[in-house]
Amino acid sequence: MCVVCGCAGHGADTPAATETPAAEAGVVQRDARTGDLHFGAGAARVSVPGMSQARAIRLEADILGENNRVARANRAHFEAHGVTALNLVSSPGSGKTTLLCATIEALRRRDPGLAVAVIEGDQQTSFDADRIRATGAPAIQVNTGKGCHLDAPMVAEAFAQLHHHHHDHDHHDHHHGHGHPAARSLLFIENVGNLVCPAVWDLGEAAKVAILSITEGEDKPLKYPDMFAAARLMVLNKMDLLPHLRFDVARCIEAARRVNPAIEVIQLSATTGAGMEAWLNWLDCSLAPA
Amino acid sequence: MHEASLAGGILQLVEDAARREGFRRVRRLQLEAGQLAGIEVRALRFALEALAPGTCLEEARIDIDEPPGQAWCLPCATTVALAQRGDACPHCGRYQLQPTGGTELRVLELLVEDD
Repeated sequence: MCVVCGCAGHGADTPAATETPAAEAGVVQRDARTGDLHFGAGAARVSVPGMSQARAIRLEADILGENNRVARANRAHFEAHGVTALNLVSSPGSGKTTLLCATIEALRRRDPGLAVAVIEGDQQTSFDADRIRATGAPAIQVNTGKGCHLDAPMVAEAFAQLHHHHHDHDHHDHHHGHGHPAARSLLFIENVGNLVCPAVWDLGEAAKVAILSITEGEDKPLKYPDMFAAARLMVLNKMDLLPHLRFDVARCIEAARRVNPAIEVIQLSATTGAGMEAWLNWLDCSLAPA
Repeated sequence: MHEASLAGGILQLVEDAARREGFRRVRRLQLEAGQLAGIEVRALRFALEALAPGTCLEEARIDIDEPPGQAWCLPCATTVALAQRGDACPHCGRYQLQPTGGTELRVLELLVEDD
């Protein structure tokens, strides 16, 4: 029997009897002995007039699979080092960097032994990393070029860089996790200012924190639902400006809970310091157990 | 425009498959982008078409399935349709919804040509 189509091949059942000229490969097979033509000899077992033979390959592969694989590795790496990583997401100008600088300074007073490091994502410039470094905390700037978000491999590389760099400079001053696996530390990953794309990329963080400044409008969670759905916490920033704005805080929180019933909310002003205590307490709770 | 990055990820998956399976051209690429996957299907198609020339996707027809969004409604204790995040439950009008379907983002199948 013919192995290709199952026809009775009159003894033409040895592999040598089937000739497959290169020019016809995958299109039609001609039996060398009988001259019979076998269409549909390719793996798809179909023949379409005017088309060469094709075959179907079932992939069912997650498009974000490779990113997610690296994100899982990051997560395991962070956990092994006692690092709690938070992915800070917002639109440009929400005050992420100002909040980070204020947070680093407040944490230094509150918990001097806690190491804090920052990975800064922007399309270009190192302005933000410079601002963080001015507080004394180690920071690595990741410029994404035309990219609109950080991805897990970028964070893996930045974290390795942070480690390496910090070690070169701070060899005798060990608050960092390496060599002290139980030491706790905080890693802030400040994503590219963008309320859309970063929602889709897992970086290996413990949680996403969405920062929304009240100058942006209370309906942002409904306009950009994916981000608020992905976040564990929404920080309402620039609350000191509330008297000058028409911003309905309750409506904003209601909008956020519509897309994410479990989202936590903290209201603060990074500039005046009002509400910072709640944020610092939240950070305390999010830290990996020592 | 994260669809451009996703298109790059798709091409990577297809090129990996091409090396593994030994094909040169893709005739048809079938994708799945759920309604709640955070993807703009037109932008994804545009990004793929921009990326395709010179690759094995150059002549590929691109089909994108969009599985509908689904969510578990806590008050109703049942699965309901959810076209977009932030919509209410069509039965009880409340928002205690946990998406359960339509978040897929996958390369389903390739129809390829061997040389």
